[in-house]
Amino acid sequence: MFRGFSAIVYKETIHILRDPKTLLLMLVIPGIQLTIFGYAIQMDVKHIPTVFYNLDGREASRELIDSFVNTGYFDIVDQAYSDDELTGLIVRGRAKVGIKIPPDYSDLTALGRHADVQVLIDGSDSTVAMQALNVSNAIALRKSFAVIQQRLPGQTQPVEFRPRVLFNPDMKTANFMVPGLIGIVLQVVTMFLTAFAVVREKENGTLEQLMVTPVSRLGLMVGKLAPYACIGAFEVCMVVLLMRFMFQVPIAGSITLLAGFSLLFLFTSLGLGLMISTIATNQVQAMQIAFLVMLPSVLLSGFMFPQESMPLPIYVIGQVLPVTYFIRVLRGIILRDAGFMELWPQGIGLIIIGGFLLTVSAGRFRKTLG
Amino acid sequence: MEPQFAIETHGLTRRFGSFTAVENADICVERGSIYGLLGPNGSGKTTLIRMLCGILRPTSGTATVMGYELGPGTDEIKHHIGYMSQQFSLYGDLSVMENLNFYTRAYSVPRAKAAQRIEEVVELTGIHNYRDRLARNLSGGWRQRLALACALVHEPKLLFLDEPTAGIDPVARRALWNLLFELSNRGHTFFVTTHYMDEAERCTHVGYIYFSRMIANGTPAELKEMPEVTPTGLERMRVMCDRQPQAMGFINGLDYVRDATIFGDSLHVLAEEGSGERLRSALADNGFGHVHVDSIPPSLEDVFVTLTRTMDEARSV
Repeated sequence: MFRGFSAIVYKETIHILRDPKTLLLMLVIPGIQLTIFGYAIQMDVKHIPTVFYNLDGREASRELIDSFVNTGYFDIVDQAYSDDELTGLIVRGRAKVGIKIPPDYSDLTALGRHADVQVLIDGSDSTVAMQALNVSNAIALRKSFAVIQQRLPGQTQPVEFRPRVLFNPDMKTANFMVPGLIGIVLQVVTMFLTAFAVVREKENGTLEQLMVTPVSRLGLMVGKLAPYACIGAFEVCMVVLLMRFMFQVPIAGSITLLAGFSLLFLFTSLGLGLMISTIATNQVQAMQIAFLVMLPSVLLSGFMFPQESMPLPIYVIGQVLPVTYFIRVLRGIILRDAGFMELWPQGIGLIIIGGFLLTVSAGRFRKTLG
Repeated sequence: MEPQFAIETHGLTRRFGSFTAVENADICVERGSIYGLLGPNGSGKTTLIRMLCGILRPTSGTATVMGYELGPGTDEIKHHIGYMSQQFSLYGDLSVMENLNFYTRAYSVPRAKAAQRIEEVVELTGIHNYRDRLARNLSGGWRQRLALACALVHEPKLLFLDEPTAGIDPVARRALWNLLFELSNRGHTFFVTTHYMDEAERCTHVGYIYFSRMIANGTPAELKEMPEVTPTGLERMRVMCDRQPQAMGFINGLDYVRDATIFGDSLHVLAEEGSGERLRSALADNGFGHVHVDSIPPSLEDVFVTLTRTMDEARSV
């Protein structure tokens, strides 16, 4: 059934070793991706450049500005002296937030009367805008309550939420991104490499030569996948180590369970590569199809953006990507100490998708050879 | 009992959609022979070979190769045949030895026997000086020798060679053919496609495929005696004279001449039987010097040119 397996492994291993550039690239890519996603991308926006236009100028107004700065989210970069100048600074991109304090702010707050402070937010970057909006609302709430307390001493806040963030208490982006990145990195390496390895043989006519030998279809397929599975497994170890010791993301759950699910995902991802290779007739096509798969894998799998807010058809696309299930598993094990009992549905998802991919590509593999 | 024929096909046909690549091919290849398959590009040679190797399923018809009937699940046959495809299809980034190692494993040659077998084919093809060279760095002739060596590691009794000498220099071509003769003497059967007439002349048996159809089959001598090639009442002559291009035009204009073509330093003329003397004097009278006319048997090229022309006339009617 697996006839010729060892012959194919022998040959593929030489191919890989004889092309150290590709091998090195495959080992460097995870490092680069980790750095980009782990360090550079921050969903938690701080130090938003801010300008103010203070028509009041008295102590209370300066206190208000200080309370903005003290949150750490706003940096005062300039001061405006007219409405036009305030908007002008935002349009020019000098600042993303503009605060306009009315001339009677001190008087109104002292009297306990309603005071309007205008906060202009540049909505062209939605992440920044959202953050600025939330933080300024919180400041307004706190200020209002301070005023009420001043006027009615002894009054406590009627309702207060005491939220506690579980599993990632500091809400560090790295803790959220890096575990998911293991899935993405693994998919890039295994999918691209297997797709190319098979398509190259088609292009060079060596596949036809192989068909004349008694090497079985299964021996050929599994023999081709095995060396890349080893590279993939090695990369998982590398990325997990980097995550643990460079990004200081603690692994809450079982390493064995993590390894088991990684292997399961590996076989699904290799199936994806094989599938691409049966569709593409040359390496350029393979590259294009692989990118077509990678894009939703990054954007729709829940790796970067929450799936909950996606429109139904887009959500469904996310559900057929194997990496979606693996990212849930990764975050579950690494951040939440989830065990097999919590994660088995994801495993079923991976098995169904992987089984489908490998069966269909095996069938198509036969067809392409006539 | 060993079957008499290495290859025997009946009505072998392959269609791709509405296009018929091979139609009703009946071929018999005797054991130990060198069978040359000729035909223009796109006439179905490669499709035929692929079917006989078992990598392309026939649409209809039967084929028996080395005693095994072709069909699903006849992988056993793969141990007995070797195939060298038209394009270079070894692994360029593997060395000569690594390619050979790979093929011994792919054909499940027992480990104990593999090393000795590799030495044999290396010796046979004379590739020992290039053992550690990457296959992509070999010249065309050596690549073909390596391809042949790889196709021989499992000691196949039957070898398919699809245009083995296309694009290699004459010396390498000669060397490859000498190798084939040597192997043929040791009892190997060859099925070779080629465009070269001199190679066809060296084959023990020749087939001609034209527009997906086998239109001739037999030994070179048999083909040359086909009645269609030299119809009764006509004879083939070789004419040597000055100003051959002009002479060809002149001869083609004579009413007792059927056809005249330049062949190197002479003209081959198909004309009415016994018209040699008339032709000689006609040329001399019209100012062509050094005229010499003699009767010759047809060459294989004559055979194929004539057959092609006859087929074309039949098709255009």
